[in-house]
Amino acid sequence: MASTSAADRWAARDASLRERLRPYRVVLASRARSQRAYRTSFALDLVCSLLVGVVELAEIWVLFSNVTALGGMHFNQILLVFGLADLAFSMADLSFGHLDTLPTFLRAGTLDAFYLRPQPILLQLVTSDISLRRLARAGVGAATLGIGLATSGVAWDPRTLELLALGLGSGYATFAGLFVWAAGLQFFLLDGSEMTNAFVYGGRYAATQPASVWSRPLKLVFGFFFPMAFTAYLPAVTILGLPGPEWLPAWLGWCAPAAAVWSWLMGLLCWRWGLRHYQGGGG
Amino acid sequence: MTGTIIEADGLTREFRIRDAKRKRLLTAVDQLTVRIEPGEAVGYIGANGAGKSTTIKMLTGILVPTAGSVLTCGLRPVPDRRRLARRVGVVFGQRSQLWWDLPVRESFRILAAIHALTSTEERDRTAELVEQLELGGFLSTPVRQLSLGQRMRAEVAAALLHSPELVILDEPTIGLDVLSKQRLREFLVGERRRHGTTLLLTTHDMGDVERLCDRILVIDHGRLAYDGDLPGLSRTADAERVLVVDLAEPMPDLTGVGGARHLSSEAGGLRQRLAFDAEQTTAARVLAAVSDKAEVLDLTVEEPDIEDVVRRIYAASR
Amino acid sequence: MRATARVYWRILVAGFRRQSAYRLAALGGLVANLTFGLLKVSILFATVRAAGGELRGYDIASMSTYVWLSQGMLGSVNLDGRTDLALRVKDGQVAVDFLRPVDLQAATIASEAGASLFALVPRGLPSVLLGAVTVGIQLPASPLLYPMGAISLLLGIVISAATVYLIAVTGFWLVETRGLQILYMLASGFLGGLYVPISLFPQWLRIIAAATPFPSIMMYPVDVLSGLGGTASAARLVLLQLAWLAGVVTVGQLLTRAGRRRLEVQGG
Repeated sequence: MASTSAADRWAARDASLRERLRPYRVVLASRARSQRAYRTSFALDLVCSLLVGVVELAEIWVLFSNVTALGGMHFNQILLVFGLADLAFSMADLSFGHLDTLPTFLRAGTLDAFYLRPQPILLQLVTSDISLRRLARAGVGAATLGIGLATSGVAWDPRTLELLALGLGSGYATFAGLFVWAAGLQFFLLDGSEMTNAFVYGGRYAATQPASVWSRPLKLVFGFFFPMAFTAYLPAVTILGLPGPEWLPAWLGWCAPAAAVWSWLMGLLCWRWGLRHYQGGGG
Repeated sequence: MTGTIIEADGLTREFRIRDAKRKRLLTAVDQLTVRIEPGEAVGYIGANGAGKSTTIKMLTGILVPTAGSVLTCGLRPVPDRRRLARRVGVVFGQRSQLWWDLPVRESFRILAAIHALTSTEERDRTAELVEQLELGGFLSTPVRQLSLGQRMRAEVAAALLHSPELVILDEPTIGLDVLSKQRLREFLVGERRRHGTTLLLTTHDMGDVERLCDRILVIDHGRLAYDGDLPGLSRTADAERVLVVDLAEPMPDLTGVGGARHLSSEAGGLRQRLAFDAEQTTAARVLAAVSDKAEVLDLTVEEPDIEDVVRRIYAASR
Repeated sequence: MRATARVYWRILVAGFRRQSAYRLAALGGLVANLTFGLLKVSILFATVRAAGGELRGYDIASMSTYVWLSQGMLGSVNLDGRTDLALRVKDGQVAVDFLRPVDLQAATIASEAGASLFALVPRGLPSVLLGAVTVGIQLPASPLLYPMGAISLLLGIVISAATVYLIAVTGFWLVETRGLQILYMLASGFLGGLYVPISLFPQWLRIIAAATPFPSIMMYPVDVLSGLGGTASAARLVLLQLAWLAGVVTVGQLLTRAGRRRLEVQGG
């Protein structure tokens, strides 16, 4: 038989990758379509999402109407932190936020259906839905980020762009890992979703704050264990050329990917732990 | 085709329950040992809570056994879950596996993509299933708007889309009307004939068992109480069917008519309950014998219920 | 008269008992409270320090008190605008409620208030205690402020129940109350002083807040309980709460009657 050319082989590899991704694409496309189909409901969701973002921003703005600097940052610089955190979180919420419906599956016994399909269960859960309404909040984050960048006198050089990309990408991954982490714990907590809310939504709140205002225990919890400072504050101070606080020096902004790795490590660990508990493995 | 479809050896599953104050150990499945060969149609019956669902969960890799081992289609269910999922189709009567707010057709498209069927395979198989199960009328309807009968047919089609070697159905006819039950049973019989699919069916309905299964497993309190064919089961259980007749005029007790045993009379003899051995005679013959003696206005046939059969089996096995 | 009072008391107690089942959820709520509380403390302390140690009457100690009291109240006030009643109005089951010999508004408010009061035990008190232990709070100086604080807290809880009742009742006219509920969720938290003390708002925003019942739900009870401004100021705030309660309940009663008539006309 004639040997296949390299191009043919690449095409075959591409085709098989596309094939393997097809089921996930089909489900996501269906979910997205069905969400947009209910026009008024969707519009309402978008508006709600937008307003929530605005109110959170208003909190910071009110504080700054009383003082000129918080945690060593001016208002425009805080906007940079807030924008990075909110944008990264909203995008993660868009793709991973629905993992918090796991308790519903567990109570109804419908998680079993996932076991009967030849796909990894976490992947099925993640691709089972998409929250398009978060786009509005992401918009708030992006706008805040833009304004913050424009008004803080940041130099537009490759270094800044690298840091932005690194920060946003790592922030997205870190928050996504948090959602997985929370879902894994739901196998044990069931009705205790408020406990995971504490580090998921508390984490989001923490990420929008300048870590310089935190006490030492808080720096341990939200600086390192749930690495929220790495999602926005540290990249921001690195971009702005500010010194970081005690225990969180500015150069850590370049280590944002490490935070994402840690978040996913813990998340996957808790997920496997939770699945095994569900299946009754290990006693 | 592989070798033995299901190979269970001393399969056991225990649960720890917190019962008021103490902690109890519940043995849901106790030392189950059974072999099912390709092409068989096996009925798996037992009372509620007897361990049927737990067994199925262990066969498909949802639960880890506490002791013993099981091989499904030659694979270990928990470590090889995903490979196994390509060769097994499962229908849960009370839990849907379809996508709730999407049209039925979409569910099939998604499943075809999940099982990596080629477009030809998808097209041909979907057409075959749509025709056989008469799904054409509601392919565009969202699953949540379907009646129970329609949904069950769609679920069965979904489970069979990837032409699995083994089909497991957990209470598929529960809540269905007589016509739907019949259609579903006919389809399953036909599917086995066409593709040689192995069938494992858990049910409470003796009608399902009679019309679909060559072999019966009875499970009681986690233990296998009977493994054999249907005539053997009736023989072991001494189970009787009951013909209930509503007569035009009150009659004295119809004892010994058509070989049936008189159970009771109501309304002074207007309604009478007659029990007969399904091995010896049929409802039709008993009815004919009764009609010779009196005018029958209406009738019902009661099947021996599973609990009754199981209880007798259990008593007989002691 | 006695009989009616006993009925409402029973409803209150039933609402009280309903919550006791959710113990793990209560613990989770406590953890969430503590987390958000510590984060709020961080940013607000930084603000007070940046303003030179005193800001619009708040110093570090009173700011801490504000944070822990408001966090403690979270489980007992309805800041998301959702109620069971709203669902019952939507699917028409409320017609059954009208057949009962109790006033819909009074019964709903009593039931919600009962549940809220219960939540003070697993959630409210521990939050305040934890805050006191970890960061520290300041207690009111005058003994008169304690009973006034209790009254103010109770009023805040009842006003909260009465205000979300209004949202539910608009369901007699609006097909979808979700828009209103979302607005309520945003406004009640922000203008109620959940995020930052209302005194920190710029003048124009403070006026807007004062024109709504939301500060009466959370901000005023917190101010009274923390002893900010002394007994005279506390008395003023309690009177404001009473005025708002009267107003909200009156509007609620009018809407209930109108809604009932509308239901009957439509053939409920």
